[in-house]
Amino acid sequence: MTETTQPALTVDALGKKCPIPIIMLAEQINHVPLNAVVAVLADDPAAVTDVPAWCRLKSHRHVGSYELPEGGWAIHVRRNY
Amino acid sequence: MGLVAYFDAASTEPLHPQAREALLAAIDVGWADPARLYNQARRAHLLLEQARTEVAEALGARPDEVSFTSSGTQAVHLGVLGTLQGRRRVGRHLVTSAVEHSSVLHAAALHERDGGTAETVGVDLLGRVDPAVFTEAVARPDTALACLQTANHEVGTLQPVAEVAAACRRNGVPLLVDAAQTAGRMPVPAGWSVLTASAHKWGGPPGVGVLAVRKGTRFRSYLPEDERERKRVPGFENVPGIVAAAAALRAMTAEAAQERSRLSALVDKIRQTVPKVVPDVEVIGDPVERAPHIVTFSCLYVDGEALLTELDKAGFAVSSGSSCTASTLRPSHVLEAMGVLTHGNVRVSLPRGASAAEVDRFLAVLPELVRRIRQDAGVT
Repeated sequence: MTETTQPALTVDALGKKCPIPIIMLAEQINHVPLNAVVAVLADDPAAVTDVPAWCRLKSHRHVGSYELPEGGWAIHVRRNY
Repeated sequence: MGLVAYFDAASTEPLHPQAREALLAAIDVGWADPARLYNQARRAHLLLEQARTEVAEALGARPDEVSFTSSGTQAVHLGVLGTLQGRRRVGRHLVTSAVEHSSVLHAAALHERDGGTAETVGVDLLGRVDPAVFTEAVARPDTALACLQTANHEVGTLQPVAEVAAACRRNGVPLLVDAAQTAGRMPVPAGWSVLTASAHKWGGPPGVGVLAVRKGTRFRSYLPEDERERKRVPGFENVPGIVAAAAALRAMTAEAAQERSRLSALVDKIRQTVPKVVPDVEVIGDPVERAPHIVTFSCLYVDGEALLTELDKAGFAVSSGSSCTASTLRPSHVLEAMGVLTHGNVRVSLPRGASAAEVDRFLAVLPELVRRIRQDAGVT
């Protein structure tokens, strides 16, 4: 179950170019409780690489990236601390 | 700011003074058609063959294995497609790393459109292929060609060419080695079947590439053949450019050992200092097993284009793999394949003669530029 947690918060960065989706994620991850999941919606292809890279650098957990039917991705991040 | 520090040698190295001298002399005496039989033609032919011998020696090839192309990209296109063509009966499978130069990947895409198959072998966080994984890919019985660069053009990481070459030999698969980033700077690793390089990256003029095909490697030009360059490269040879390219390679190779350790120490300094003076930075690529002159880092929350613009204003010519700075909307395929941060990316590549004072000035101005861009973006 842990890997399929419903996001506690959705960050809508559709139409925004990197690094803006990463800046929004960094600002908002502390708004959810520990171990909760934030979903970043983005359609800049750079986000698919940059969100997991941010997780690695900031020691949060990249849960998975899922293609959205309308284009773009939902990239799920678990708050680790 | 009148003074510009040129830190983009991986794109192109400034023309070496000895290449300039050779170019001007060869324009005067080497303009005739080297394939003809009169006095001026014989002189052009002699210059061309002297240059071929010198380039061959510097790259560890025989003169009759070396052909000159109009660019490094053309050398790769002709090398990849010509070797695949020559090996068509064996199979139509091509193996490359995921971080090859776009010229390799574009040739692979054309091969696939022609009905061939291609596999890209992934890389680790440092940008290096795992020789065991590459070997496994090459072992497929219909593999016609494998391609691996000596060093990555964006992050500098050296590839395990010797190990991969041994595996290719065991499997009877030719290996194309793209030495564009290291030719003239480091010795060429042994074991290649096809070698490609680009003169303007070692201080030669633009318009000259090298395609070397080892004796015994099956090769058939993908393009309509003519009699030039052992039927591997069509068209009239750029004799003055080739003469200048050979002069630059001779000069660069002579200074390489010394310049390599000097530039490498400056790169070490950048690699060590940047994370200390700029918060939230990822320095990318292998810190030790790398080309001597290339270092890349990504600054979190920073727009790569904004940073390049600010560095340009401050008198620094650098490049970036961030998507906003490229002609495409996608970030660099190298950074993507490595899984490292693609935004806020800066590649510093030091040309011959880059000074410690210029590097110090770069390290002095960078923190404030990054701080300001972050502040403007509302990052606290």
